[in-house]
Amino acid sequence: MNFDLAAFKAEFPILARPGGGGAPLHYLDNAATAQCPERVIEAVARHERENRGNIQRGTHHLAERALEAYENARAACGRYLNAPAEEIVFTGGATAALNLIAHGLGEGLKAGDEVLLSVAEHHSALLPWQEVGRRKGIELRFLPVTREGRLDLSRLADLVGPRTKVIALTHASNVTGAVSELAPVIEAASAFGAILVLDGAQRAPHGPLDLQALGCDFYALAGHKCFGPNGIGVLWGRRALLERLPPLLVGGGMVGHVELQHSTFGPPVRRFEAGTPPIAQAVGLGAALDWLGALPWPAIHAHLAALSQRLLDGLAAFNDLRLCGPRDLANRLPVFAFDLAGAHPHDVCQILDRSGVALRGGHHCAQPLMAAFGVEALSRASLAPYNDQADIDALLKGLDQARRILL
Amino acid sequence: MNDEIYHAEVKRLAQAATGAGRLAPPKSSATLDNPLCGDRATIDLELKAGTIARLSHEVKGCLMCRAAAAILGVRAPGASLAQARQAVIDLRALLKDGRAIPPEGWAELAVFTPLGAHKSRHDCALLPFDALVQALDAAGKS
Repeated sequence: MNFDLAAFKAEFPILARPGGGGAPLHYLDNAATAQCPERVIEAVARHERENRGNIQRGTHHLAERALEAYENARAACGRYLNAPAEEIVFTGGATAALNLIAHGLGEGLKAGDEVLLSVAEHHSALLPWQEVGRRKGIELRFLPVTREGRLDLSRLADLVGPRTKVIALTHASNVTGAVSELAPVIEAASAFGAILVLDGAQRAPHGPLDLQALGCDFYALAGHKCFGPNGIGVLWGRRALLERLPPLLVGGGMVGHVELQHSTFGPPVRRFEAGTPPIAQAVGLGAALDWLGALPWPAIHAHLAALSQRLLDGLAAFNDLRLCGPRDLANRLPVFAFDLAGAHPHDVCQILDRSGVALRGGHHCAQPLMAAFGVEALSRASLAPYNDQADIDALLKGLDQARRILL
Repeated sequence: MNDEIYHAEVKRLAQAATGAGRLAPPKSSATLDNPLCGDRATIDLELKAGTIARLSHEVKGCLMCRAAAAILGVRAPGASLAQARQAVIDLRALLKDGRAIPPEGWAELAVFTPLGAHKSRHDCALLPFDALVQALDAAGKS
């Protein structure tokens, strides 16, 4: 199937609006937030116009319609992830999902147990385990990264052992774009009976997943990175593990029976969705994932590979620019972080914004990885299928301008 | 609009880095991080008879942050504690409310006037000044 870039781009109304400085928008901050296509915006608006009601608490027709829309969205997530809908938990985002997993699994850990992470983890994947470590006295161990920022799996055998109860890793780095090689990790987890948690926030927008084949036990993603609304995310977990997982939030909608001194909790997945959930956001995410799942991904991957190569070639022409990530296209996402010597990323990104180029500069919520690269911050360009050659060329031209202004 | 904030004077200040370094040993010191970008500013002080006798700064940050620290390096030594605290108030008012630096204030702060339109960058210029306040507070307690 062909990929019609112009038709695809036309689905995103925001991309027709001017960018910084009134210039055409070149949106290259997709790893932070991908834009919403009109069909997702409309799905949310239509839900609010026609089906707004609370779920599980009413018998009137709007409550019924809201519940149906919410559960349809759960099914859509299941289709995208190749997972049963009854294993899909809606959360407030990937951070909420990762906190839920760490809190829940952490309850079953004891002093002396170990959890393996990597230095490439996003703060949202690292800090929940630091909190568990503080509460339970478990030891956190860390896979280092190679010079290119890939997980250094040569250290895996040294770091995983009988005390390893959980391995929690990024599926793909939000800084380097490196996609984690999972086979050795799954083998190590399996050898010692460790639970494998993957932070899929970056990988999930880049094509449907087969969680049955992937080999992990838990997976987290964020709606706003998958062309869906803010305030919604997904935690997938194997049913048997979800059954054993205690909730993080308690309250209305997740109970079995409540007495003054004691309560019982409902079964998964309701147990993890206390309070009124983000219903319209879930509907929007469902629409986004149904749409994503039907896209011609081989053609899109070829399109993004061509843009990535153009960008890599362009960046290589700057002799004072250091790419912090893989230099080839194998097993990487179109996410490129770099350091322009002597120019702070905030200044670089600010200057590029006047040309309509939207980048991200900072530590990218990955300060341990910044430390591994020996920097405080990096500039980052991250691509989505609606990006084109003009976006790449505007970025490269803007970098040249930034050098002239700052250096 | 954006290049207005990178005008010649702010670049000159950042490059001059007046007062860069550490006092050894500092009488009072404070380090602040900008949690959004990881920038870090350390201010070392030595106070004498109600004035700042010496000030040094160590900044890992953007051009605005470095220029702000350099203004401290220029103006803080010899300033009274009240003048130093007022400068922080003046800078915040300039950025947040567009209020001009008063005639008796530190005129150099006016280099940040164009930064007022860029809310996400206010903390870049404020970081060394907020570190100064903490260092002054710490000196007051010791």
